[in-house]
Amino acid sequence: MDMNVKKKKLGLKEKYAHMTRGLDWQTTYQPMEKVFPQATFEGIKIHDWDKWEDPFRLTMDAYWKYQAEKERKLYAVLDAFAQNNGHLGITDARYLNAVKLFLTGISPLEYVAHRGFAAAGRNFPGVGPRVACLMQSVDEIRHAQTQIHAISNYNKHYDGFHDFKHMLERVWYLSVPKSFFDDAFSAGPFEWMIAIGFSFEYVLTNLLFVPFMSGAAYNGDMATVTFGFSAQSDEARHMTLGLECIKFMLEQDPDNLPIVQKWIDKWAWRGIRVLSLVGMMMDYMLPKRVMSWKEAWEIYFEQNGGALFADLARYGIKVPDCLTQCSEDKEHISHQTWATFYQYGGAAAFHTWMPNDEEMDWLSAKYPNTFDKYYRDRFTHWRDEAEKGNRFYTNTLPMLCQVCQIPMIFTEPGDPTKICYRESEYEGEKYHTCSDGCKHIFDDEPEKYSQAWLPVHQIYQGNCFPEGTDPTAEGFDPLAAVLDWYHFNNGHDNLDFEGSRDQANFAAWRGMATKNT
Amino acid sequence: MAVQALKDYKFPPADSQDKFHGGQLLYVGWDDHLMFCAPFAYCLPPSMPFSELCEKFMPHSFGYHPDWKSVDFSKVTWLKSGQPWQPDMSKTLAEQGLKHKDMLRFQTPGLKGINGSCS
Repeated sequence: MDMNVKKKKLGLKEKYAHMTRGLDWQTTYQPMEKVFPQATFEGIKIHDWDKWEDPFRLTMDAYWKYQAEKERKLYAVLDAFAQNNGHLGITDARYLNAVKLFLTGISPLEYVAHRGFAAAGRNFPGVGPRVACLMQSVDEIRHAQTQIHAISNYNKHYDGFHDFKHMLERVWYLSVPKSFFDDAFSAGPFEWMIAIGFSFEYVLTNLLFVPFMSGAAYNGDMATVTFGFSAQSDEARHMTLGLECIKFMLEQDPDNLPIVQKWIDKWAWRGIRVLSLVGMMMDYMLPKRVMSWKEAWEIYFEQNGGALFADLARYGIKVPDCLTQCSEDKEHISHQTWATFYQYGGAAAFHTWMPNDEEMDWLSAKYPNTFDKYYRDRFTHWRDEAEKGNRFYTNTLPMLCQVCQIPMIFTEPGDPTKICYRESEYEGEKYHTCSDGCKHIFDDEPEKYSQAWLPVHQIYQGNCFPEGTDPTAEGFDPLAAVLDWYHFNNGHDNLDFEGSRDQANFAAWRGMATKNT
Repeated sequence: MAVQALKDYKFPPADSQDKFHGGQLLYVGWDDHLMFCAPFAYCLPPSMPFSELCEKFMPHSFGYHPDWKSVDFSKVTWLKSGQPWQPDMSKTLAEQGLKHKDMLRFQTPGLKGINGSCS
């Protein structure tokens, strides 16, 4: 009698090989270079895609299992948060504005990251990075969704949460993170991996995620904290992918070094400019502070980043030049950025305010070299004026940097009393940038940045009014028309926190939860 | 360096002057007055006299500052793209050679912002 031999299950290693490398094939109807047209134009030379070391030996079936488990836990917490009026547990309604900034400025980027990694996966001829990019692409869309779901609870109760997707495409300050990702996505797949996979996910991620998630924890926002935990294990994987990718490029051909170095320099600077938003969030928007922006920069960038670059030195990679500038900037950017949002607070979808005395003392202690000397008088003056009913709102549009798209608010290296102006010319047209870093990026690819969609210029071109608006009509109010086009609820989403609907509602609802009258 | 691209990469600039309905962009920043976080961007007719910028547009934008009332235009010094520059109040923007996207800074000697902090 024949024995019915039970077929052995695949071992982990075999299974892994089959479900990653084994999925690849060589094309026969079309030459490979036509199927993968984006693999070579950036100048990166890859000789052997099989040398790619898969940084996380994960197969798709295992991936789904892990992620589904995390998802179940997350949604259980979100439900509990919603049912127990978790929104009333936060420290202070001012905190909500940090969440608004996250939802409008960061969550939509997770979605763009999803698209970008899907495209990179499609465009890499090697199966190793392709599978890794696929997983990261799925992670990113999951992050976008879970963030939106976590934050949607707040939309039931507070202003400014209602139309983040629409706003990303239009609002002046959201063009800063949007253009950052558009810049990366419109480059080739290798530059994308350095821009997002390495610089953003590896070098800068701790400065983005940790402040927001610790900020949430310190300020009683359990929904956001839970989301953060759920995403954390993915972030570790993303960091590993970014690092593997850069090492792979550098090991494949010595000619890749100058290209990779150029991208690291560019994307470190681009990323740091975007992080100005996080800086002001940490120093001004959290009622209960975690640490100062400067401290975060020192821990997560100067110390951790320093160790990373020491590790990459054996490939010939140097620390980006812009870092000298950054160690000066860490004393200033959060104050400069908050001052900007305060005065353009009529055109922001969140509330702004001036710090109280105790908060100013905290800022003095954290920034002993700069806060009292350069910023305290300004902020005190604004606060006094606001108390007199003369709250400062700038009434004229600002000049923007052609590259980072932030208003030209940053100061000259070595002189924090002077705005830093840089200028380039390309094909007879002038272009202005906020720093040597941004000027350098512009001068390297002027064809690209001369097309930038700069919100201020677009408004002046008449492209930012609702359809059918007649800007020549009598009594035309351009600011109101622009805010309408942004889908802002003028008078509720914007302006000072003091006197806002959020402030009044939070106080009333919390009062109902804690008092008997 | 030129951009690396798959195909010919040639696109018109997004902000050429023809897109501004007859106006031209002019940026104006006030040195030592960082209360205004960035220079302002104006879109102005090239035929506008420079005096109108100083008498109408700038007071509207900068007037909130307590130093503004002490600004004496006869003593103001100007920089265009960082170089000393002397405007003629009676001439138009075009007549004194101000081009689209030119950058002006003005300095008001003796005025140093809130409590001298350059704010």
